Amino acid sequence: MYFSKLNSLLILFVSVIAILYALPNAVTKFSFNKISTYLPGKKVNLGLDLKGGSYILLKAEMKTSEIEFIDNTANSIRNDLRKEKIRYKGLNSNNGKITFRIRKKELIDRTKNLLEKFQVNFDISNIEDRFILDFSENGRKNLYASTLKKALEIVRRRIDESGTKEPLIQSQGLDRILVQLPGVDDPDRIKRLLGKTAKLSFRFTHPRIESNELTNSSSVPPGYILMNSENDRDVYYLIQKRVMISGEELIDANPGFDQDGNPAVMFALSTLGGKKFGRITGKNIGKPFAIVLDNKVISAPVIQGQIFSNGQITGNFSVQESRDLALVLRAGALPVPLTILEERSVGPGLGKDSIEAGKFASVIAIVVVMIFMLIYYGIYGLFANVSLIMNMVFLISVLTIIQATLTLPGIAGIVLTIGMAVDANVLIFERIREENLLRKNILESIDQGFKRAVSTIVDANLTTFIAAFALFIFGSGPIKGFSVTLMIGLITSMFTAIIITKYQIITYAKRQTRNI
Amino acid sequence: MFRFNIISQNLNIEFLKFKFFALLFSLILIVMTFSSLFLNGLNLGIDFKGGILVEFRSIENKVVNISDFRKDAKSLGLGEVSVQEFGKNTDVLLRVQKQEGGNKEQVEALNKIKNSFKDEYTIRRTEFVGPVVGEELKEAGITAVLLSLFLILIYIWFRFEWQFSIAAIFALSHDVLTTIGLFSLLNLEFNLAIVAALLTTAGYSINDTVVVFDRVRENLRRYKSQQNIVIYNRSINETLSRTVITSLTTLLALFVIYFFGGAVLKDFALAMIWGVVIGTYSSIFIAVSSLTFFKIYKGFEDKDKSKSVLEHEL
Repeated sequence: MYFSKLNSLLILFVSVIAILYALPNAVTKFSFNKISTYLPGKKVNLGLDLKGGSYILLKAEMKTSEIEFIDNTANSIRNDLRKEKIRYKGLNSNNGKITFRIRKKELIDRTKNLLEKFQVNFDISNIEDRFILDFSENGRKNLYASTLKKALEIVRRRIDESGTKEPLIQSQGLDRILVQLPGVDDPDRIKRLLGKTAKLSFRFTHPRIESNELTNSSSVPPGYILMNSENDRDVYYLIQKRVMISGEELIDANPGFDQDGNPAVMFALSTLGGKKFGRITGKNIGKPFAIVLDNKVISAPVIQGQIFSNGQITGNFSVQESRDLALVLRAGALPVPLTILEERSVGPGLGKDSIEAGKFASVIAIVVVMIFMLIYYGIYGLFANVSLIMNMVFLISVLTIIQATLTLPGIAGIVLTIGMAVDANVLIFERIREENLLRKNILESIDQGFKRAVSTIVDANLTTFIAAFALFIFGSGPIKGFSVTLMIGLITSMFTAIIITKYQIITYAKRQTRNI
Repeated sequence: MFRFNIISQNLNIEFLKFKFFALLFSLILIVMTFSSLFLNGLNLGIDFKGGILVEFRSIENKVVNISDFRKDAKSLGLGEVSVQEFGKNTDVLLRVQKQEGGNKEQVEALNKIKNSFKDEYTIRRTEFVGPVVGEELKEAGITAVLLSLFLILIYIWFRFEWQFSIAAIFALSHDVLTTIGLFSLLNLEFNLAIVAALLTTAGYSINDTVVVFDRVRENLRRYKSQQNIVIYNRSINETLSRTVITSLTTLLALFVIYFFGGAVLKDFALAMIWGVVIGTYSSIFIAVSSLTFFKIYKGFEDKDKSKSVLEHEL
């Protein structure tokens, strides 16, 4: 029924640590820098809704990479069968499945052995001479994971090169990339940069037929494809399917200007690519050579002379566009296109207003609740108020130490905690009051009151904690922030009520009884 | 020892006398909830429905003419739009429905909105939620509510008896449903923050219920010769001052958020205020009233002697 010296010291120690960690949040930036050498030095991590910034959730469109992967596998099976001199028929890939028949039934076992290496990614089965390779869940998982990793790398490179400070880029689930950009309230440029797959290729146009001579798309000659111009929706080009030089040969790209002073992108090819480029351009002087980006034609300039490693891409660019194109080419092509699933941006003005409103509401709430407690419980109300303040200190210091993200709903969680934190105190006080009716000894009443109240407090707070935890698991962004403050608030308010309030009351009551 | 004692220790209100009135009242609330949901539906925010939301503030703090703004927004041809003043008369909130087509069309619509208002307004916030994410958030929200109800059920079952956990869940569902009903009736936007408020309400309400149940359990053990109904009433009365004071301080904090916390948190605070009021009411009238419909034996430690123990009558 009393606190040992050790316990008292421990409480004091924990409180001092908490105050030290909470303190940096209370001072302005200027004085923060001055005193930060003496303090732990971190502040609460503000969410994007408070400091302003953008949150973009992207989806990697995996279907294309899946089809590509299965086609490649079909090709390598074809090669293997030929090498082993196993004759086959009807080998094709369709709907995530590769099917074929072999001509000689005696070779079934050999074929099985041959296909063994594809087991990682495919479920292989055969009915006699008919083989089926079904793209398995595992294969899909592997492919998605490696594609997502690649995409993440390219996204990171593009955003880094755009000069955005402290971006947070992470993968989410099987096919998603989450990008958080603090301080960016208009993410248009980033969206444009990420909106391009940036698959570049150089190809020839049809030597005789102009695209406008075609009556309809079915009359496109074999080996050719009709492509839209990047600049003009109504202009089409008839482009060879065969890629002469692809963007993978590119080793550098920079914005610049062409002879006429128009913005252009200067690029450099690898040695091997340069040799190839020289050979092709040398042989085809006078012919138009189309520059294709993501299946759209940027331009189709006529080859003026032989070009080796260094060339330029001209088009109808603005300076910004040439800069962005150079950037995405330099960063490399995305393995799959990305689409935007969700986007939330908060401007700095709103964020600042929210912080102000949140601070104001917190202070008012604390003052109002403290006045109420003081009036209702007198000196005991004062104890509860000290606990309330300490509760805030603990809450903020824990938020700071674990570097949890404080969001606007999180601030609401803090204010709510102020209201609910006194609950534990109220439970204790009311219980003490009841006990005091039964017995005369105040110290005994306090002891019994605490003992009985604590089990109620734990039960009541644990159930609330369960609800907050469900929010934490299923909530996203700001809502997660709310559940974090609520959970921490529940724990700190239990701690302060059970330990700090008790400490004060017992110390006070002892002094009272001694005086009598 | 304490200064005030607004609620007397010797109070003895027979709350359970009113149990049928209370149950009738709650039944009416629930019926209203369902009929409102049926007639008005729920005004789902873009978090769940998908769509675009943009908050503007007029440059130079000019007062915004909402109907002109609405006309301009409609002329963009993006389908259903909703325009409302937001917090201040210089601020306006524009919501645009999910666009036909895929994600690309949504992003294009967002750009269109930005460009057409950019001369007269600064953009304070934009939100775009694609249809896929909207569905996922909806699912996650429903799962969160159901899961937490389930976990609470299990916890109370574990700590008390199954009758208590049924009664608690009964009260909790009542609170959650009527809060949804309030939003449907007032046609307020139901978004992620409101789901958070729902769960916090559930947390608060269960907190209240557990405090009363705790006392019921204790008194059931202590006063073995008394009728259950007397014990229930006594327990409510004994915990009443705590119930009232905690509700008061929590409400004080919530009203502060409602009036000073900024426009974004207003509906959230409203949901919580309703939740605290209805949660306090339901702990007393629904949770404890529900207990009276079960046979609960006194003294959980000696269940096997239950034959000799008084069963209470309705």
